[in-house]
Amino acid sequence: MENELKVPTVAELLAKGETPDILFWVGCAGSFDERAQKITRDICRILQHVGLKYAILGTEESCTGDPAKRSGNEFLFQMQAMMNIEVLNGYEIKKIVTACPHCFNTLKNEYPSLGGNYEVIHHTQLIQNLIDEGKLKPADKNVFKGKKITYHDPCYLGRANEVYEAPRKVLESLDAQLIELKRCKSNGLCCGAGGGQMFKEPEPGAKDINIERIEEVIDAQPQVVAAACPFCMTMLKDGVKIKEKESEIEVLDIAEITARANQL
Amino acid sequence: MIGQLIFAVCFAVALFLFSKNAQQIYRNIKLGRPADRSDKPAERWKMMLLVAFGQKKMFKRIFPAVLHLFVYLGFVIINIEMLEIVIDGLFGTHRIFSFLGSFYNFLIGAFEWLALGVLVSCVIFLIRRNIAKVARLNSVELKHWPKTDANIILITEILLMSAFLLMNASDLKLQLYGFEHFKSVGSFPVSHYLLPYLPTSTEALFLIERSCWWFHILGVLAFLNYLPYSKHLHIILAFPNTYFSNLNAKGKLSNMPAVTNEVKAMLDPSFTPPAADANARFGAKDVQDLTWKSLLDAYTCTECGRCTSSCPANMTGKLLSPRKIMMDTRDRLTEVGTNIKTNGSFQDDGKSLIDTYISREELWACTSCNACVEQCPVNINPLDIIIELRRFAVMEESQAPASINNMFGNIENNGAPWKYAQLDRANWTQQQ
Repeated sequence: MENELKVPTVAELLAKGETPDILFWVGCAGSFDERAQKITRDICRILQHVGLKYAILGTEESCTGDPAKRSGNEFLFQMQAMMNIEVLNGYEIKKIVTACPHCFNTLKNEYPSLGGNYEVIHHTQLIQNLIDEGKLKPADKNVFKGKKITYHDPCYLGRANEVYEAPRKVLESLDAQLIELKRCKSNGLCCGAGGGQMFKEPEPGAKDINIERIEEVIDAQPQVVAAACPFCMTMLKDGVKIKEKESEIEVLDIAEITARANQL
Repeated sequence: MIGQLIFAVCFAVALFLFSKNAQQIYRNIKLGRPADRSDKPAERWKMMLLVAFGQKKMFKRIFPAVLHLFVYLGFVIINIEMLEIVIDGLFGTHRIFSFLGSFYNFLIGAFEWLALGVLVSCVIFLIRRNIAKVARLNSVELKHWPKTDANIILITEILLMSAFLLMNASDLKLQLYGFEHFKSVGSFPVSHYLLPYLPTSTEALFLIERSCWWFHILGVLAFLNYLPYSKHLHIILAFPNTYFSNLNAKGKLSNMPAVTNEVKAMLDPSFTPPAADANARFGAKDVQDLTWKSLLDAYTCTECGRCTSSCPANMTGKLLSPRKIMMDTRDRLTEVGTNIKTNGSFQDDGKSLIDTYISREELWACTSCNACVEQCPVNINPLDIIIELRRFAVMEESQAPASINNMFGNIENNGAPWKYAQLDRANWTQQQ
């Protein structure tokens, strides 16, 4: 660890008379899910390492309303959205980075018509920019060198918003062996958790969607499968566990890979 | 002269019937709720040219795309030949465009090759559906009428193309004999192979030529009137449907303005919402609650099933099929249209799109991953319909699965879909 993690809230910065250049929208999964918390901390490490002035909302952040909206509860979605917009606009937030493609999509596409206009980027886009600017550079003997890595496209980052290249560029910078899954980019296969499915049992069928996906991952024989969404992370991780491939395939978020490669 | 008269009557009747049916479909589509798709005309034209005219999305699957391209080009270009046939029919001329000389030879030659392409493609399509049994074309929602409809279309096209080539072949033979007005025009690179199989008598040849001519034109006119009852309607509606495509990011769902007004009123007591439409529902129970674009989508769907075969829920054996969502919407819309036609206005028939046609199990199996939307070659959006039906189930009926209701409760009370306290949200900052 380079140095201790210090995560300022927007309120704390304001008390010092400062404003963040970028707000890190952590999201519910990133805040509460144990696995996703690790990704959240790695993103903070990256932000801290490159010296970006960032802050989180902390307890003032609330669910964007994405799962409510996709499940048909527009009332609940808009209640959440309006409250969040009030907080964000109150702090005069201009730019947001988030690790959750669901938060990303909602903040970027659905908040503007409710009065919330921000420049919203996904953490993979931020990392790509930092690599392009030379601020992040994998160590010469990074742990991923020569490893077989594949990438699972999250629907809400890929098809929904056409962000296909940023996460791939991050992986390309690793000097690793990047292999594509059979169904990738705009033909990518869902992890099975979107549209409210994360919060309920799947409908009866032949198998679960994450199993279908993990079988494809196993076919590609990677040592690492890269994710870029906390929902996908859960589904892929569970799939690998069910298929008893935990010792062969590691599921890592793009942020974790970056942090490890840069030895942060 | 009598022939011209019969032709004119057939032609007029066919056009009249078609326009009546077209009006009916237009009226049905207008039953939907408003949706503004009048912005960015340049981008819309581009979308239409690429996706409908240019067949861009078809090429995600190369083999059927090439076959479809033959049928499509054949259809588009042979319509020029149709123009000649209609003029000849009305004025009693023969091959009126032949004054174009060598260009005419080129045209007829091109039509012949295309006709052959269409014929071969349709035969392969028939094999794929009925003998090779491609999974996408043999799933459960394609039993009965949809299967028959597809076969009728393919067989009709084969017959029409055969008649066209046979007509040309007998015409060519008559030209070679120098019979009556059959002067030597056109180039027949395909149909001349049929010459040895044709009779030598000019009367018989003339009979074949005229029969094929009549069969071809009457077949086309009949087919025109079959379109409104068939999935084949996509040959017309693919164009407006792609023009009116959703140009936003796929992940963006509509923010319902009626809800915005209510939420604003709840959060800010000084806000006075505009008077709401008393008949309006939140979400969609039936087809009239969907936008006109969803209804146009339903009429445009040609049941190719690319959506369903890429749907993660469907491929893992769940009940949801995006194609069935579109077919159900069209079936229900046709039923509602007939109801209105019979009764003057819509009379409650105890049915609705949700439950009567689309079950809750189908609705809740969707992951909103947009694979169906991505795959559709004519930019149909089954997800819009699914979301509208969910909105009705949740906001009008409070009929969501228990676990979904729990999630709603957690968001409402804790600001997160899981049961964690809002105050613990930043606890992760305390761990390393």
